Amino acid sequence: MAHVETHDPNTPLEYRSETGRLNILGFWIFLGAEIALFATLFATYMVLTHRIADGPALGELFEVKSLLIQTFLLLTSSFTCGLAVHEMRRHNVKGLMLWMIITLGLGLGFLYFEIQEFLHFIHEGANIGTSAAWSGFFVLVGTHGAHVTFGIFWVTMVLIQVAKRGLTPATSAKVFITSLYWHFLDVVWIFIFTAVYLMGMVMHHG
Amino acid sequence: MANKTAANGHGGFPWKHLIGFVLSIVLTLFALWIALGTDLSLTWILIIIFGFAFLQAALQLLMFMHVTENSTSTKLTGRVQVGNILFAAFVAIVIVLGSVWVMTAGHAKHDKHDEPKTENHGEHGGAEKSEEHGSH
Repeated sequence: MAHVETHDPNTPLEYRSETGRLNILGFWIFLGAEIALFATLFATYMVLTHRIADGPALGELFEVKSLLIQTFLLLTSSFTCGLAVHEMRRHNVKGLMLWMIITLGLGLGFLYFEIQEFLHFIHEGANIGTSAAWSGFFVLVGTHGAHVTFGIFWVTMVLIQVAKRGLTPATSAKVFITSLYWHFLDVVWIFIFTAVYLMGMVMHHG
Repeated sequence: MANKTAANGHGGFPWKHLIGFVLSIVLTLFALWIALGTDLSLTWILIIIFGFAFLQAALQLLMFMHVTENSTSTKLTGRVQVGNILFAAFVAIVIVLGSVWVMTAGHAKHDKHDEPKTENHGEHGGAEKSEEHGSH
C-alpha cells in the first residue's frame, strides 16, 4: 500500500495488512453461509428423523460413551485452538505450533471415533441407504466430519507455511482464519450433539 | 485505544478461554443429564437442551472466536461480524423450524394413500382441513 498505515502498536499481526483484515471479515461472512448450509441439512434430518422404514430407530443405536468421547475431543480441540491464537498474539511461534499440533491430534482422535461409530452403525444394519432417517443422519454428520477432515489438511498446510516464513501479517491472518473455521466446527457439533444425539436418545427412551 | 483487540490480545493467562472451556463442559454435561437423567416432559427437555446449545454456541463465538473484535480502529467490522452471524442464525432457525412445521403439521397431505384424488387443487387448505381431525 502506498500510504503509511497508522495503527496501534498492540494491533495483532493478522489485522495489520488490509488483505489480512479483508480476508478475516470475508471469512466471517463465509461462516454465515456455512450456517445456512448446515441449517438445510439439519432441517432435512429433523423432518425425516422418524422415517426409519424397516431399519433401526436412530436413538436405538446411539451410545452415550461414544458421543461423549467425540464431544470432548472436539470441544477440547476448540479450546487448544484458542490457546494457539492466544500464543500467536504474544508472538510465541513455538506455543502456537505446539497448541495447533495438539488441536490437530484431538481432531484426528475425533475423526477416528466418528469413523468407528459409523462402522458400528453400518455393522448394526444402518447405512446411508437404510432409511430416510439414516440418510439424513449420515449426510448431516458426514458433512461435518468432511469439514473436520478438510480442516486438518488446511491447518497442516498453514502450519507448514508458518514454519517456513515465520509469523508475518500474511501468515498470521491465515492462522487466525483457520482458527475461526475450527471453532465453527465445534459450534456445528454442539447442535449435532443436541438435535441429533440427545434428541434421538430422548425420543427413543422417553 | 478504542480498539478492543489490543486489550485482550496480549494478556498473560488466557482466562477468557479457560472460562469458556469450563462453561462449555458444564453445559454439555448438564444438557446430557437433563435429556437422559430427568423425568421432565419432552417439551421442557427440548427447550432446555436447545437453550443450552445456543448458549454454548454464543460462548464459542464470544470467548474463542472474538466475534465482537474489530480489525480496524472504527467499530464497523465487529458490528458487521455480529450482524452477519445473527442474521445467519435467524436464517437457520427459519429454515429448520419452517421445514419441520410445514412437513409435520398436517400440510403434507399427500402422505395419505387413501386420500381421494381431487382435481381442485385450489382449495387444498380449506377443503382438507376438516378431514384432518378424522384421520389418526
